[in-house]
Amino acid sequence: MVRNPFVMQCGEFHVDYKQDMAIWKIARVRWRIFMIVALFALFPMVATDYVVGLATLCGIAAIGAIGLNILTGFTGQISIGVGAFLGVGGYTSAILTTKLGLSFWVAFPLAGLITALVGALFGIPSLRLKGLYLAIATLAAQVIILFVISRWDSLTGGTAGLVLNRPQIGSFTFMSEMSYYYLMFVVLLITIVFSLNLFRTRVGRAFIAIRDRDIAAEVMGIDLFKYKVLAFFVSSFFVGIAGALLGHYTMIVSPELYSISVSIEYLAMILVGGLGSVFGSLYGAVFITLMPVVLRSVVDVLSGTFPGLEGVLVGMKEVVFGVVIILFLVYEPDGLNKMWSNIKNYFRLWPFSYTK
Amino acid sequence: MAFFLQMLVTGIVVGSVYALVALGFVLIYKSSDAINFAQGEFLLIGTYVCLTLVASYNVPFIAALLLALAFSALLGWSVEKVVLRPFIGKPVISMIMATIGLSSVLAGIVHIIWGHETRVYPPVFSEKPLQFGEVIIAPVYAWSFVIVMIWLVIFTLFFKYSRFGIAMRATADDQQAALSMGISVKTIFAIAWAIAAIVSAVGGVLLGNINGVNSSLSLIGLKVLPVAILGGLDSIPGAIIGGILIGIIESMTGGYLDPLVGGGLKEVIPFVILVIILMVKPYGLFGKKEIERV
Repeated sequence: MVRNPFVMQCGEFHVDYKQDMAIWKIARVRWRIFMIVALFALFPMVATDYVVGLATLCGIAAIGAIGLNILTGFTGQISIGVGAFLGVGGYTSAILTTKLGLSFWVAFPLAGLITALVGALFGIPSLRLKGLYLAIATLAAQVIILFVISRWDSLTGGTAGLVLNRPQIGSFTFMSEMSYYYLMFVVLLITIVFSLNLFRTRVGRAFIAIRDRDIAAEVMGIDLFKYKVLAFFVSSFFVGIAGALLGHYTMIVSPELYSISVSIEYLAMILVGGLGSVFGSLYGAVFITLMPVVLRSVVDVLSGTFPGLEGVLVGMKEVVFGVVIILFLVYEPDGLNKMWSNIKNYFRLWPFSYTK
Repeated sequence: MAFFLQMLVTGIVVGSVYALVALGFVLIYKSSDAINFAQGEFLLIGTYVCLTLVASYNVPFIAALLLALAFSALLGWSVEKVVLRPFIGKPVISMIMATIGLSSVLAGIVHIIWGHETRVYPPVFSEKPLQFGEVIIAPVYAWSFVIVMIWLVIFTLFFKYSRFGIAMRATADDQQAALSMGISVKTIFAIAWAIAAIVSAVGGVLLGNINGVNSSLSLIGLKVLPVAILGGLDSIPGAIIGGILIGIIESMTGGYLDPLVGGGLKEVIPFVILVIILMVKPYGLFGKKEIERV
């Protein structure tokens, strides 16, 4: 007999570390999660192509945001170079599939791996630099990588970029929105499960220790250099994977798709979602990806009443984007994830919340 | 040789504008430990206000410049009060993202009001080039250099002799001691932002006179980073020397190396230098080394 899976636990009663570390705190959570996953797996059957396409973009952004969160949220190393690393992933996959004729299934993990290596290379300065200085160094990485991409004409096609194909299995091509959604969905699930488990291991806890106080972590025997570079490696791997997925989805890679504003968008995602939270990255990615879409439809509705609103849409997007970032920073620095858990906590003992 | 001198002079002039903008950047970092990613947008707004006054309202250039500076000061002051105040003492990433958010808001406002197309100032300076031996200098360049130098002298005097200047140095040195001596640190922060906006506006007006005004001018806000890092993030003389050095290196790269690689290296070379400096000497030429204890 399956009991109501949406009943919440009314508190936490952990008597050993194993319970504290568990992903499924109580058995019903497992059913709840399975049902939510099933919901997302089934939803393209009923949704229109447009909605499924948006969902695909959100999912790809979420993979990249989880990657960035591993580095910035969990290890505390600020990176303003995600845009360029997305580009490295996209371009690697593009070059491997179009110029070398490799199959997508080989090029895809290789794209992640090569981005990870590039990321680790730019992570090396993190031993000596922290906080502000590291952020500036990653910004420089962004500028330099983009320069290389847009100038290495023979390999990258210069500013015109490269055209990619959708992946294939046998004679089946992931051409429809729905099929690509499922491809993204599988990769996203693997990413989430991997990163949730990463922070239950020795490596993940070392990352968190470095974030909280790196010198103290070093005193406790954590090899700072090794783990910081490792954090850059793991993080860039997922960013590269996201870049490759995005490249094959939009079927084009070109330098202006990976500008610094993309880096800022990804930073905004993890900030709005919640630093140091895997699901937070997911919420943030959805929020930031859908924001311009929602804004556009609002403008479409209002443009009947206020003509000329169309012309300032680009500027309005920037203003709203900036205002959202600042408001989140001021009122909920822990992001959507914290908001969600606040709501859950409110109802956990409702209507007797004060007994907590 | 003439080519070399020409490149050198161009580099020094453009570099001196970088120095001025970096001065504002360093000032904010020194007083409130914030990195201001909105510096480029301050520059853009200042120059657009001045341009609008000159071109649309036929205000004389000097008067328009002063009005634009007053507006910028007000903008910097209120931005600090409204946006930045909650972030004092918060983690680095909040501070960075707050100024990035701010820059996005300001850029959006600029796009809404002034659009995207390039505009040019009506000729303010005479067009007749000045000849120094083999080197030919456009009057715009010469005047830019003179104006930057005047501002740098004003700021040197301000920091050395004026009441607020001394208070600012005291705050940068030790915030708590400054507070206990009766200095209003809040006012100091606001003044630092106002000054940063003013110097950016001056830089923007000068660069706008040289190259015309469009939203890509705000990229100078990023170029300030290599300048400030080269000189040391918390050193005002460092910002000035770093600015001129970066200007010269950029101009030389543009003159000698760009033809070899097909252009664009000029824009990137400051960031290459930035990485090298960070690897070799993270606190720059004149920066103060931080010592960390657990």
